[in-house]
Amino acid sequence: MTKNPLWEVFVRPRRGLSHSHVGSLHAADAQLALRNARDLYTRREEGVSIWVVPAADITASSPQEKDAFFDPAADKIYRHPTFYEMPEGAEHI
Amino acid sequence: MPEEPGAQSLLDQVAEAERQLIEAAGRERPDAEAEAYFDAVIAADQKIEPRDAMPEAYRKTLIRQIAQHAHSEIIGMQPEGNWITRAPSLARKAILLAKVQDEAGHGLYLYAAAETLGIDREELYAQLLSGRQKYSSIFNYPTVTWADVGVIGWLVDGAAIVNQVPLCRCSYGPYARAMIRVCKEESFHQRQGFQSLYVLARGTEKQRAMAQDAIDRWWYPSLAMFGPPDADSKHTAQSMEWKIKRYSNDELRQKFVDMTVQQAEVLGLTLPDENLRWNEERGHYDYTQPDYDELMRVIKGDGPCNRQRMANRREAVESGAWVSEAAAAYAAKQNVRQEAMA
Repeated sequence: MTKNPLWEVFVRPRRGLSHSHVGSLHAADAQLALRNARDLYTRREEGVSIWVVPAADITASSPQEKDAFFDPAADKIYRHPTFYEMPEGAEHI
Repeated sequence: MPEEPGAQSLLDQVAEAERQLIEAAGRERPDAEAEAYFDAVIAADQKIEPRDAMPEAYRKTLIRQIAQHAHSEIIGMQPEGNWITRAPSLARKAILLAKVQDEAGHGLYLYAAAETLGIDREELYAQLLSGRQKYSSIFNYPTVTWADVGVIGWLVDGAAIVNQVPLCRCSYGPYARAMIRVCKEESFHQRQGFQSLYVLARGTEKQRAMAQDAIDRWWYPSLAMFGPPDADSKHTAQSMEWKIKRYSNDELRQKFVDMTVQQAEVLGLTLPDENLRWNEERGHYDYTQPDYDELMRVIKGDGPCNRQRMANRREAVESGAWVSEAAAAYAAKQNVRQEAMA
């Protein structure tokens, strides 16, 4: 059997929503991946748009480095509006 | 100086302690932090995702279970596919085609979920063909009449749903997500089967007899789909601890029986069990257990259709190989052309 590359499939369920990852499949090229994704993941009108991305082209953060990687955001609570106490009487802010 | 009695054995113990000390120093220490993280995620009823650290046994158990599940979907296309060309009407044929296509889709979702655990698709296919990985015993029974297609939808898919709904809450993210997708589609499978039987049960005397005969043949194999009784199930306890499984085999089997009795009454057909009766005390139906020796024989390869199912699968792989070869050759040619243009 010929070894086909792996593709990750993203579907936009409805106009106005973003594409979400739904799963993966094997296909020889992008066109076949797209057509197979249609048959595999949208048999019941689950989408209005499909993206297929070669799995090998995805660079992912490592779960082992999760803490160090996301730490810089943890101590910047001043990025949240709730950090700022508004004086009595200030409206619409 | 003569050795005192027992001295040699004491020296042996010293040597053994030294050997263990050297061996332990070289042993890879399990990553305590990663293990604690895994345990905490499981305890919090959250999902383990593909690149999280996980115990090797958890990974192996999941590969075995998801692969067996995927293989069942793929082999499961055969008994029903047997009737596509002989469906009694165009509407029934279209429904059956859609259902068999769904089974192919379910197999592919599940293979994709298994692959996230680091096993190759080709390896999974090879292990099915070599018999190292199994598929559900139920698909080794023949579909001898049209009513069998209805009964497969009602009883076999009905049992599968009872089994699969709790898997939607499985601790492994990709498996849980695949199962949610599968279960949403499975409900159509069960309903079309029930409706087809309902029509037969209200048809001619012959049609009614055909429906009853199919139920008589499929009832016990359907009960056996839940696996061996809890006392003999070697994987259940660990799988429940890891929250892969949520209920034991016997609990699920009972649930299926309790649900099905009333549906049989609506059909006006009989489940072939003289001991089937409501037990007020237990709040469940009492029923006759399936033949578990037969289940083991069929799983080991000695069912009515095992050889035929595997031969068909092998034939499909071999005679279909040219399609993927042609697609790969075309993709390679397109790549060369695009590079030349760039």
